[in-house]
Amino acid sequence: MNFTLKIWRQKNARSKGRFVTYKISDISPNCSFLEMLDQLNEQLVAKNEEPVAFDHDCREGICGTCSLYVNGHPHGPDAAVTTCQLHMRKFKDGDTIIIEPWRARPFPVIKDLIVDRSAFDEIIQAGGFISVNTGGIPDANAILISKSDADYSMDAAACIGCGACVAACKNASAMLFVSAKVSHLALLPQGKIEAAARVQAMVKKMDDLGFGNCTNTGACEAECPKQISITNIARMNREFLTAKVCTQKKRVMAGGGI
Amino acid sequence: MALAGLFLIVFLVLHLAINLLLLKSDGGVAYMKAVGFMTSNPLIKIMEIFLFGGFLIHILIGIIIQIYNWMARPKRYRVEGFSHTSFFSKYMIHTGAIILVFLTIHFVNFYFKKLGWVAPPEGVEREDFYQMALLLFSSKFYSVLYIILMVFLGFHLNHAFQSAFQTLGLNHSKYTPFVKGLGTAYSIVVPLGFALIPLIILISK
Ligand code: SF4
Ligand code: FES
Repeated sequence: MNFTLKIWRQKNARSKGRFVTYKISDISPNCSFLEMLDQLNEQLVAKNEEPVAFDHDCREGICGTCSLYVNGHPHGPDAAVTTCQLHMRKFKDGDTIIIEPWRARPFPVIKDLIVDRSAFDEIIQAGGFISVNTGGIPDANAILISKSDADYSMDAAACIGCGACVAACKNASAMLFVSAKVSHLALLPQGKIEAAARVQAMVKKMDDLGFGNCTNTGACEAECPKQISITNIARMNREFLTAKVCTQKKRVMAGGGI
Repeated sequence: MALAGLFLIVFLVLHLAINLLLLKSDGGVAYMKAVGFMTSNPLIKIMEIFLFGGFLIHILIGIIIQIYNWMARPKRYRVEGFSHTSFFSKYMIHTGAIILVFLTIHFVNFYFKKLGWVAPPEGVEREDFYQMALLLFSSKFYSVLYIILMVFLGFHLNHAFQSAFQTLGLNHSKYTPFVKGLGTAYSIVVPLGFALIPLIILISK
């Protein structure tokens, strides 16, 4: 298959960046999108040109490192897959493919198609964890969890933190990501203990970092490679409102905790 | 945003109910009775403050949120907006702005006249909303404008209704489909009800 690629090239975080057009031919339809870019890069290196920088790691759809905004879709036109799992057969021979980095104020471009997603790490650090003592492994049946809660929690826990939801949202809002992280803990007894503090801390962090506000547009859900549902956003809103209304004033105490 | 919106949604139903009295062929007796009640009842007077507050909050927060949202993506995409979305949600600020323009005209036409800020049309009492409404709707231009505006109001409400529930965290696998259905029905019936009045007046002429 032959393609015309228009790729965003940007030398570093400070330089301006522009689209550069490349032609690529003899691509197997069974090639993944990233393998196609690998081939392009090999050709560029052979010509002594700077290869296109893009993020990737596992290449099996589980790590959330790959990104790329392809023809108006984060992770390309196929539903429920990451870019590394996208095959070239999803395109037509001779297609022009426009490849852009994620665009959001909290995700600055570092180089070409790579953006800095450490804003997500900061949100997790704000409260996306449970505080437990280390020690012996507790008995598996010591805490009972209903099957339905466990299922909903697992659905939310499938989020790989790729940032496609932010990239897709017209407001660059991180609500789907944050709500997935709030939900998978809030649904389980182990997560309930810190739930009120967690949701407030994570939402505050998200707002401070400059992500946009949710207008319930639903692009995030449509583009999420793990099909995280916006019902998680409703759950987070519910958790947040009740936490705001019901939590006591903070007591000053010695020691850690959130 | 959602709370103020829901409040306005309830208000619209009341407003529509009173407006529909315009169609009663009793020379406006029932309509003016309702208007009289709305303008004199002390409880309604208090509600009026809430109503203006609701409008102000809804408009101001709407604009502020929109500005923040634009700021959250300083560099836009070259290819944009191909994701599957709730269509009208993308244009809430635009439909909202159109409604705001209408609201201003609406205020000049009615409320300001009652307050005496704007002179009522000749031969019409300051508080005679019935005559004012009929006079306005006797203009084809105004009536058509009004009907078009109602279409945009419908677009705005179509997303608004279920969105407000989602924002308040009221999401449930059993009831959300019902809320969505109700929202769609509301966004069709209410604007249609408003539009019906000039439409009937236009046709019956
Ligand atoms: S919610 Fe979906 S799109 Fe957003 S970060 Fe998680 S996996 Fe990626
Ligand atoms: S590279 Fe790990 S999900 Fe694509």
